[in-house]
Amino acid sequence: MSVAETIARRVAPQLADGEVANLGIGIPTLVADHLPPGRAVVLQTENGMLGVGPTPTGAAVDPNLVNAGKLPVSELAGASYFSSSASFAMIRGGHVDVAVLGALQVDERGRIANWSVPGRPILGVGGAMDLLVGARRVIVATTHLTKAGEPKLVRACSFPLSAERRVDLVVTEHATFAVDDVDGLTLIELADGTSFEWLCEHTAADFAVARALRRAGA
Amino acid sequence: MPARSSKTLTASAAAALVARGTTVMVGGFGLVGKPLTLVDALLGNDDAHELTVISNNLGEPGRGLGALLCEGRIRKAVGSFFTSNPDAVAAHAAGELEVELLPQGTLAEAIRAGGAGIGAFYVRTAVGTRLADGRELREIDGVPHLLQHALRADVALVRAARADALGNLVYDKTARNFNPDMASAARTVIAEVDEIVEVGALAPGEVVTPHLFVDHLVLAGVAA
Repeated sequence: MSVAETIARRVAPQLADGEVANLGIGIPTLVADHLPPGRAVVLQTENGMLGVGPTPTGAAVDPNLVNAGKLPVSELAGASYFSSSASFAMIRGGHVDVAVLGALQVDERGRIANWSVPGRPILGVGGAMDLLVGARRVIVATTHLTKAGEPKLVRACSFPLSAERRVDLVVTEHATFAVDDVDGLTLIELADGTSFEWLCEHTAADFAVARALRRAGA
Repeated sequence: MPARSSKTLTASAAAALVARGTTVMVGGFGLVGKPLTLVDALLGNDDAHELTVISNNLGEPGRGLGALLCEGRIRKAVGSFFTSNPDAVAAHAAGELEVELLPQGTLAEAIRAGGAGIGAFYVRTAVGTRLADGRELREIDGVPHLLQHALRADVALVRAARADALGNLVYDKTARNFNPDMASAARTVIAEVDEIVEVGALAPGEVVTPHLFVDHLVLAGVAA
């Protein structure tokens, strides 16, 4: 299983039956493939669809039926289509239960940077900021380290923040952190095969440790 | 049997309605729901230069709006995600393309508001980020909001699946996206469609864009 799939599999149980979820581009999109059997999560995509179904194959691929990552999807019974403004009314208006987003950095208060890199022109933002202000709950699904091996969980983001609002949960291939306004990041789960020492060495943000720290299969 | 409509134009006649220096809305999310016949026809309009384009993206290299960009016809782009086209990034770096970046939901709502006769609105999105730089901030019920002006255009180019002869529009799946919003927010609205059917052939309840918003119809894939 790839690292991306490992992260997606760790996020999936966090989505409750019947919730409306928006999955961001990349690793978050993979979460749909790892939902526990029998758990019906309704997927919303910001390009204007509720009730997104699995990736189609062959002749079932329809160029007019895509998700926000422009990848082909299918429609489930009960699906609906709507305009971009209606889609973001759902998102901004608090009608989406949970958003799963990627991140370039997470600060120790649980605020994220996921849209822009210093020194490069600001030319893309998409719907990330809208999801951060509007989704009732936000889960970050990200690798623990950058491709260069630097920690993504940092004291303060050096990249521009995507919102002032903190996220609710941060899930990496190595650990899961809950986030609250008092303690910031709290380690609640260590992946099987990850030592506490390794985690401390590779996490630049301060974090608390839950009394009931769990061990989980990676 | 295709229906005749007094609103029907050829793609080149429709493209000729876009004058130098004007603002053009172009529907679509990436190339999905993008009126590509109309965008390609703009290349044949020698007056379509120095355009301000309001669109979520700027196409792909050499395709859709990317082709207009390559010819240096776009002066300014207003949208939410231009990084998917490296030519847009290069044109911006070279100082040849001005960019106004908006969060996607703010972009969509600004267009909706433009079509609905709303001058501006306040929105929480982007507060505390670099996209808030220089913007008016106002607390509403204790929560900071940013002022966003509505967007309108001289011409909107939208893509629908079918029209009836009056110009009522229905859309196909996620090809709907920005198109209904843009169809309400321009002085002249041109819809590119796969098919024009007789009045009465569309069930009133399935019409998404009522005909009063639509000025002209163009058949997709017919270049002349």
